[in-house]
Amino acid sequence: MSDDAYNFAYLDEQTKRMIRRALLKALAIPGYQVPFASREMPMPYGWGTGGVQVTAACLTPDDVLKVIDQGADDTTNAVSIRRFFQRTAGVATTESTAEATVIQTRHRIPETPLTEGQILVYQVPIPEPLRFLEPRETETRKMHELEEYGLMHVKLYEDIARHGEIATAYAYPVKVEGRYVMDPSPIPKFDNPKLSDNPAIQLFGAGRESRIYALPPYTQVVSLDFEDHPFRASKADHACDLCGAAESYLDEVITDDAGSRMFVCSDTDFCTGRQAAGHRGRLSPLSKEIA
Amino acid sequence: MYVAVKGGERAIDNAHAWLAEDRRGDTTVAELSVPQIREQLALAVNRVMAEGSLYDPDLAALAIKQARGDLIEAVFLIRAYRTTLPRFGTSIPVDTARMRVDRRISATFKDLPGGQILGPTFDYTHRLLDFKLAAEGAPLAPTPQAAPDMAPVPHVTALLDRDELIEATPDTGEAPPDLTRQPLELPANRALRLQALARADEGFILSLAYSTQRGYGRTHAFVGELRIGAVAVELEIPELGFAITIGEMTLTECETVNQFKGSRTEPPQFTRGYGLVLGQCERKSIAMSLVDRALRWKELGEDFTGAPAQDEEFVLSHADNVQATGFLEHIKLPHYVDFQAELELVRRLRAEALAQTQPSPRAAAE
Amino acid sequence: MTAPQDASVLSGGFVEPAVQSAHAFRALLAAMARPGTMQTVTGAQPPAPLSVAAGVALLTLADPTVPVHLAGAADTEAVRAWIAFHCGAPLVAAESAAIALGTWDALQPVSRFSMGLPDYPDRSATLIVELPALTASGAHLRGPGIRDRAELSLPETAAFIANRARFPLGFDCLFTSGSTLAALPRSTIVENA
Repeated sequence: MSDDAYNFAYLDEQTKRMIRRALLKALAIPGYQVPFASREMPMPYGWGTGGVQVTAACLTPDDVLKVIDQGADDTTNAVSIRRFFQRTAGVATTESTAEATVIQTRHRIPETPLTEGQILVYQVPIPEPLRFLEPRETETRKMHELEEYGLMHVKLYEDIARHGEIATAYAYPVKVEGRYVMDPSPIPKFDNPKLSDNPAIQLFGAGRESRIYALPPYTQVVSLDFEDHPFRASKADHACDLCGAAESYLDEVITDDAGSRMFVCSDTDFCTGRQAAGHRGRLSPLSKEIA
Repeated sequence: MYVAVKGGERAIDNAHAWLAEDRRGDTTVAELSVPQIREQLALAVNRVMAEGSLYDPDLAALAIKQARGDLIEAVFLIRAYRTTLPRFGTSIPVDTARMRVDRRISATFKDLPGGQILGPTFDYTHRLLDFKLAAEGAPLAPTPQAAPDMAPVPHVTALLDRDELIEATPDTGEAPPDLTRQPLELPANRALRLQALARADEGFILSLAYSTQRGYGRTHAFVGELRIGAVAVELEIPELGFAITIGEMTLTECETVNQFKGSRTEPPQFTRGYGLVLGQCERKSIAMSLVDRALRWKELGEDFTGAPAQDEEFVLSHADNVQATGFLEHIKLPHYVDFQAELELVRRLRAEALAQTQPSPRAAAE
Repeated sequence: MTAPQDASVLSGGFVEPAVQSAHAFRALLAAMARPGTMQTVTGAQPPAPLSVAAGVALLTLADPTVPVHLAGAADTEAVRAWIAFHCGAPLVAAESAAIALGTWDALQPVSRFSMGLPDYPDRSATLIVELPALTASGAHLRGPGIRDRAELSLPETAAFIANRARFPLGFDCLFTSGSTLAALPRSTIVENA
């Protein structure tokens, strides 16, 4: 059911053309942040307006859309964005990573490997990887122009001096094709390796900051590190208590006030898929039913 | 036992229903109508129009009703609606010298052509709660009326300009940038800065302006003139070859006259700060003109003292309350993926730090 | 009453702009994301000598905010009128074009097109290059969007090698022939077959 009061996918055609032109330039200069005339959307800035505008500019009526937040399809903001597109574009939706043609995400890359032809749209709060080192846009723009990324390396090195390792756990900066340093959005650094050489098109939208950037498929993306302190993708040292997966990113859930906790896949589609295939974790309620 | 976090859809539906109920409040109390808000909460309506960048009192009143009186939320509703409006054309610049003024005061001249007109102002009311308003209102006695004076009301700055006592601001004919159609680009020119300030959060601009008065980027401002009234909005029709009036809107305009000691190339002269806001928004327009003047330090060859109100990038990046409130409030969205990553990191760093610096408590006890 | 204009000017646009331009953009997106891949597009019927694909690209990307340059044989009264009616794009000289359209020969010298600015490399021209034929064979392509190697029937290689050497500056190309299009962004490394 689509809402006839608004244009297909909400945005007017001129706005979509403007975003589409920005997307093509973003693909042509991987990792470079293209300014675009971000519009006020009917959801707040900081809640995915950049991703929503990118998705709106990309969707066709034939698409199958999946929306996740923190890896889950049923988190409230994911529900809200999915409903927005059901209402304004009338597109089919799914929770299955494999069935989706367009996936809008906040803070995760799905566990199920993406394929050619899929588009992954990231919601980005602060697109500028240098922002917390240099608050001025006029300065950081110059730094990208001159490839002056020394400040970033100094910051990472100071971490090592103080903590013995790089103390950045999410939004871990990457370098794209040896040129632009890029913020991968606040995904856990566990997801960073999936950015590189990915068969899908990865698009990044930052609405409040009016920036779009992109990674074409099979783009080489390297997490910044040092020879003596190589990048390590880390996660909780547990297996999923529901599906038993040992290689997925986990959420920690506190189950009582005595310190009991369990670990579950943050990617709910991945976890339910594994459980449906018979995989069981330490605390799976299904394992009891079967027993 | 852990239950997978499901039920987002139902939770949202129920929250919306509850919100609608709370918005209505006690049903034994009569419901507010949009015209009541438009007529009786006009200054709230004006603020929503100004910061929403859309001149439509009925829609602004509806937004206030829908937002339960949360004005930033109402501004947000108006902005989101504005996104969907096609643009049919661009008006020719409104002429505030031809404003039909309801209020016009100058702090720099005791009297001046066009006169001082106090108008409907709170200024000299005693701020005592008027308990008569709590009762059902009796009909008001009519306000005395003077015969309308249709003579133009020249700007105070135009009078100063005649003697070259104030900086000249010739019309360059350059089209102003459009913040609503182009991303903000820094450094910004004055037209773009003014546009950003006109739709900026009143509270933010007020505090910045106040900070300049307290010495953080002092600008020695006098209110040369403050005027509120209706101006005609005219649109050039290419097929007709002339402009026609398509409506009128109320504007508030403030021009400050600021001290300037002169430089090597310029003799001493007064300089300008400017504020122009949709609707009757007096506080905002005065504050805007102070901040405008503070931001002009570079073009006037003044020093940057590090004051927040002088810092264009700081002011323009943080003045929009729809952006600010969205980003501020987004931190209540789930962040457990990021937090989990931090949790792992802090646990590991702690374990390493403790292993290095302390013998284990058990070893110490033995 | 006389007919206002040649009927072909008023026709040949998208019948359902929102949906058709969405499909067309996805083809452009796929082309730009995966240099050298062929995309088939439909929905535009521009006047000769424009190809369907060039017409689709214009309808999808051009509007009154996008200055367009028509090079050589593409610069006809009919094409000008068609663009004015369907896109409303201003027609400009090569140097100030955001989109330039013509055959490879007509677009020469390509050095006149905007390469972007060092701090804003996105402010560069997109060339719509009309080719007599377009196939996935010829010059070798490597780089972002390409898994191992792709091939594309480029009109030459030297200009694209020079364009890549300026990265992140440079122009981006859409190649069109009939209803087929392919793209070559500035990021692609071009080598002779």
